[in-house]
Amino acid sequence: MRTSPVLSLSRSLRLSLFLFAALLAACSSGCTNTNLVRVKPWERATLSDYTMNPGRDPLARSMAEHTFFSRETATGGRGVGGSGCGCN
Amino acid sequence: MSPRIKFLLALPVALALVTFARAEIKVGDPFPALAPAGVVAISGAALPATDGQVVLVDFWASWCAPCKASFPSLAKIHTDLAPRGLVLLAISIDEKPAAAAAFAKKLAPPFATLHDREQKLVKAVVVPTMPTSYLVDRTGKVRFVHDGFHGAATEKLLRSQIESLLAEKK
Repeated sequence: MRTSPVLSLSRSLRLSLFLFAALLAACSSGCTNTNLVRVKPWERATLSDYTMNPGRDPLARSMAEHTFFSRETATGGRGVGGSGCGCN
Repeated sequence: MSPRIKFLLALPVALALVTFARAEIKVGDPFPALAPAGVVAISGAALPATDGQVVLVDFWASWCAPCKASFPSLAKIHTDLAPRGLVLLAISIDEKPAAAAAFAKKLAPPFATLHDREQKLVKAVVVPTMPTSYLVDRTGKVRFVHDGFHGAATEKLLRSQIESLLAEKK
């Protein structure tokens, strides 16, 4: 029977590897923190720009609405009034 | 133990230290120094002296609507309490210096407007939202933190907290 490569290492080396693995696991646990993938409050200049507003152009918005109406046979449902019931 | 193993052991420890070093500034923590972080006055003047003073540090940005709304209230607080020793520092975290300068010029507040050019300070402080203001006592410790600006309620609370800090002995 073949022995495991880890078991063939010296005791101090095995201990060192164990400690390293434990420390790496402890540090890597921060990678699951959802804060790491969020845009920070001071990085939101681009997001708050006027061009990021999808409703900034009334003409483009009405054209898009018309496309949705033509394709889906439904309109409204994007605010108060109207609905997407398909009864129009 | 071989140097290679020592390096592998030291690496996660260093990573952990870096993680802790970026922790959010909270009540009781000392507020970081401004000059080493590269903060400068938008006007080009020297940074106001803050040693031994009650300091209100407000982080703002030209693209932040609540920040704009907070300036008139901060101006009133400054006008009333600066003669009694309050130092109000409004620090822009704008990436574009021209945007910060244009905002400051347009609103022309009576307090000092500074610029965190490389966003070093805001990254060290880790503000939770925009705007955030930190009320720092005479010993340089953060005593109160205000997330966001909520109109008259924030102004009233700030005034009472500043009054209490100004009443503390030097």
